[in-house]
Formats: sequence, C-alpha cells, structure tokens
Amino acid sequence: MSTFASTTTVETATGAAKTMVLNMGPQHPSTHGVLRILLELDGEVVVRAVPDLGYLHTGIEKSCEDKTYSQAITLTDRIDYLNPLGNNLVYCLAVEKLLGIDVPKRAQYIRVLLVELQRISSHLVWLGTHAIDLGAMSVFLYCFREREEILKIFEFVTGQRMMTSYIRIGGLALEPPPGWLQRVEKFVNMMPSRIDEYESLLTGNRIWIGRTKDIGYISAEDAIALSMTGPTLRAAGVAYDNRKLFPYSSYEEFDFEVPTRTDSDCFGRYMIRVSEMRESLKIVRQAMSKIPSDGPIRTEAPGIVPPEREKMKTEMEALIYHFKIFTEGFSPPPGETFVTVESPRGELGAFVASDGSPKPLRVHFRSPSFINLQALPKLIEGRLIADVIACIGTIDIVLGEVDR
Amino acid sequence: MAENDKQNTNVVAERSLAVERLRSWSANAIEEVIEFRGETTIVVPRKVLLAIAERCREQENLNFNLLTDATCLDRFPLEPRFELNYHLVSIPRRDKLRIRVRLAGDDPVVDSLVPVWPGANWLEREIFDLFGIRFTGHPDLRRILLPDDWEGYPLRKDFPVEGYRDIPAIATRYTRNRP
Repeated sequence: MSTFASTTTVETATGAAKTMVLNMGPQHPSTHGVLRILLELDGEVVVRAVPDLGYLHTGIEKSCEDKTYSQAITLTDRIDYLNPLGNNLVYCLAVEKLLGIDVPKRAQYIRVLLVELQRISSHLVWLGTHAIDLGAMSVFLYCFREREEILKIFEFVTGQRMMTSYIRIGGLALEPPPGWLQRVEKFVNMMPSRIDEYESLLTGNRIWIGRTKDIGYISAEDAIALSMTGPTLRAAGVAYDNRKLFPYSSYEEFDFEVPTRTDSDCFGRYMIRVSEMRESLKIVRQAMSKIPSDGPIRTEAPGIVPPEREKMKTEMEALIYHFKIFTEGFSPPPGETFVTVESPRGELGAFVASDGSPKPLRVHFRSPSFINLQALPKLIEGRLIADVIACIGTIDIVLGEVDR
Repeated sequence: MAENDKQNTNVVAERSLAVERLRSWSANAIEEVIEFRGETTIVVPRKVLLAIAERCREQENLNFNLLTDATCLDRFPLEPRFELNYHLVSIPRRDKLRIRVRLAGDDPVVDSLVPVWPGANWLEREIFDLFGIRFTGHPDLRRILLPDDWEGYPLRKDFPVEGYRDIPAIATRYTRNRP
C-alpha cells in the first residue's frame, strides 16, 4: 500500500508530532470478516484511516454473466450471507421487471413475511456481534438463541438454513409445508419480550452508553452526499426507506412506521435497529393474516416459470417447457432494469441487463455494505482507536457483500 | 390493478417532467431518452456529463440528492462498447433517473462525478478496477477490489470467465503460447 509513507509529520496543538501507521486486519475479529484498515495514529487518536478491501472478492458479477437467469439465483445467496432471501428477492424482482411478468399475491405476501424474518435475524446477528465487540458477552448468546429459531423456520419452509434460493423468478421454489404459519406465530408471540430483554441489558447500561453515545457522528447532509442508506441514514433523521418510498412486492398494503432519530451516533443506530425489529414483527403479523390459505405460488408464464410436476406427467407442452427452461433457459427482451429493495443494511439494488440471449449481459449489485463503508473514515477520523471498533460495528457491514 | 396503472402513469408524467426541465436548461444536452419498463434513462454526451450532474443535484425542481449507484456495461464487440449508468434518486421528490454515457473502447475516459456526489468515489474506483474506465478529476483512482498488480480488467467481455491463471506473471506467458 503506497498511499502514505510509514511515518508522516502532522501539526498538533503542541507542535509538530510524529504519527504512526498501524495495520488493522484483515484477520482482526472486530472487522466482521476480512476488512483491512490502515490507521494513521497520533498517540491514540486516529488521524487518517484508509480501508483496504477485496480479500473476499469472488467475481460473482462475472460468474452471473456465464449462467442462465435462473442459475444465477444461487449466486445471489452468497453475496450477503446474512440476507440471502433479500438478495434472491431483489434479483428476481429485477428479472421479473425485465420480463414484464407479475407475481401472484400469495407469493408476494410470503416473500414479504420471509424477508422481514430475515431482517430480524440479520439485526440479531448485528446486535450480538456489535455488543460482543464492545464487551457485552451475554447479549450475543441471547441474540443467537432467537436467530436459531428463525433459521429453523427457514429450514422448515425452504429446506435450507442459510443459502435458501427459495425466491425464484415468477414466484417461489415450492409450496410451504403445512403448519409453517403456526411456527411463525409462535416465534412472533415470543419475540417482543425477547427484544425487551436485550433492551434491558443494553439501553440503560452505563458502559454501553459510554461506548456508543456521541461516537461516530455523521450529519444528514454528509450521509446523503456519501450515498449512505439504511439505518445509518435514518438515524441521521432522513426517513429514506424503499419499502415506503418505492414500494415493491405489495409493501404499500402494509401498515408500519419508519423509525428515525436525529442523534446520528452509534447509540442512535442501535435504537433504530431495535425499533426496526419491532416494526418487522408488525409486518410479519399482518402478512400472516393476509396470506390466503391456497392459491398459486408461481405465475403462469410458459417457457419462463417451470410448470407444475403433475402437469409434466400429463401434458406434452409442460414437459417441453420444463426441458427448455433447464437446458437453454429463457431470453428476456433486450433492455436494462434497476430495482432497489430495503435490505437490513440499506438500499440493495440489482441492475440486470439483457441483450436478448438466455444469459444476462450484465448483473450488478448495488451493495449497501460497500457504499456505507465508504463513510467509515469520516466516522473515525479524529477519534480514539477504541471507537474504531464501535464504528465498524455500527455501519453493519457484511464483507461478502462488500467484495462480492 | 387499475389503480396501479394510474399510479404508474402519474410516475411517468412526473419523470418526463424531469427530462423536460433538463431539456429546457439546454436543448442539446440530452442525446436520447429511453423509457423501458417505467424506468427513464437519459443518454448524454461525455462532455456535458459533469454539467448535467451538477444541474440534477443543484436545481430546485430536480433535486436528485442521492447518487445510489454507478455501474458499467460492456457491449463488446459493438462500438461504442462501454455504457456508464448513473442511478439517481431524489428523496424529497420520490423520483428516480438514470444517466447514461456511452464510451468508445479506444478512449474510455470520462469526467469524475466525485465533485458533485462524494459517494461516487468508491463506485468509480470499482468501475476503474473492473472495466478500466478512467475518471479525470478523481481524487484517488486506485484499484479497490483486485490486487494493485493485477493485469487486465475482469468484467470486460474479452476477459475469459475462468481468467488466465491465478498469477499475473504466468498470464502473459500463457497467452503468448496459445495457438
């Protein structure tokens, strides 16, 4: 890294002083993966910070260009491994928009329910790891206990705990098993008291407040200028939420609040995420009452959406379509679409371009972790090393999504 | 469904309003307007990109304050092969717009938008890293995802999916010996 020399001289209040460059990461436990930061230090104060990324770059966007539209779904799971259903959703919405097909209401509601559960589970991982970074061990254990329940629901519904690939182009992969809503209901009834429990451990805790209050401040203007989105932007007082501003998948039919605060520090972001978990529970409850007990989970689009198994055994066309979808794929009309959804970390976007062939010309993911991480130097410059850890945690990065 | 259609037409009317406002500012700033699946794209010449971006951000009735994404598209072997897409969002007006610039393969240079939206910094570094587009006026144009000594630009269409080899030094030898 040749960006700055190993020692430089800066002007401080007491005159010229030597600074030291410290390498943090990529194997540092508090970087939540393989993030490397070069810190230029004056004593214990960070003068300059330069993040260095790419340790987890796997070329997912290039790989997508070599797969058919349906095959690429499995790659989207692996971008943000705490939000696989959200990644499936944004990619499928983009391809569906490209094709111009609608999705049945039942599938839309199930999508909303699962994505909101995913948001809770992602916030739980965030809360647990952020707390453990700052020294509160027990919160981690409680958070992972509830996350486990959500993963069990995912396993029950989709067959997988993490890499679900459940949301498919035109609907869902398979009919949810009977009795799944009871399990969701059990979880939803149990969860509010558990969130109170986390709050009782942290919100009034003097150590927690000392480590997070007034740390990592960023103004709303700076946050927008740096393209920040998600809880970090909402903690700065901007109610920017794709679910409200540009609704997708029938979110306009749901009644929920977008929590905002004005303190814009680590504590504010913590409070925002906790409130978001409660709002997500509200959405899950509404989705449960909205989901019709039966109806199609996939749209009727011959040649694009695989036919039902029963039809394949009796109808010639269905068998032919099935064969063609899984051998050569389908060809959307030439054009480009860009769809954004609200992931737990912010605005998640998928840009899909077609040239009329069965493989995408270009797939690009607008990953909130990558873009929010850009503001990290702004948050930590001029603060102590100990605050660096709080600030990395507070913007909630997933390195898989940063590097793709 | 009917209500949805009504909403959609409202959105389209509002969007073309943004295009009209840009047109009234400068008649030949916009080469082409593309409407596809309810998304508006304006294609602008390379030399006015910076000016039009400033206009989009500063003008009161446009107010595109958030640059949400910037990405590139390689149409090799067609020319001009590169298409840069900037996705803008106006949070107060609930509006979206895409600005597109086409670049020729032998001269992939364009003005950086960092002076307008500081958030363009890493987005442009990523495009530079993976496509080899150069941004004039960028404060820190280095590779961001790949190692500094990487050779080639992997998201270009003439870069094989499997790569050449893991080690760049071998890559040149490998290509030279190819039949």
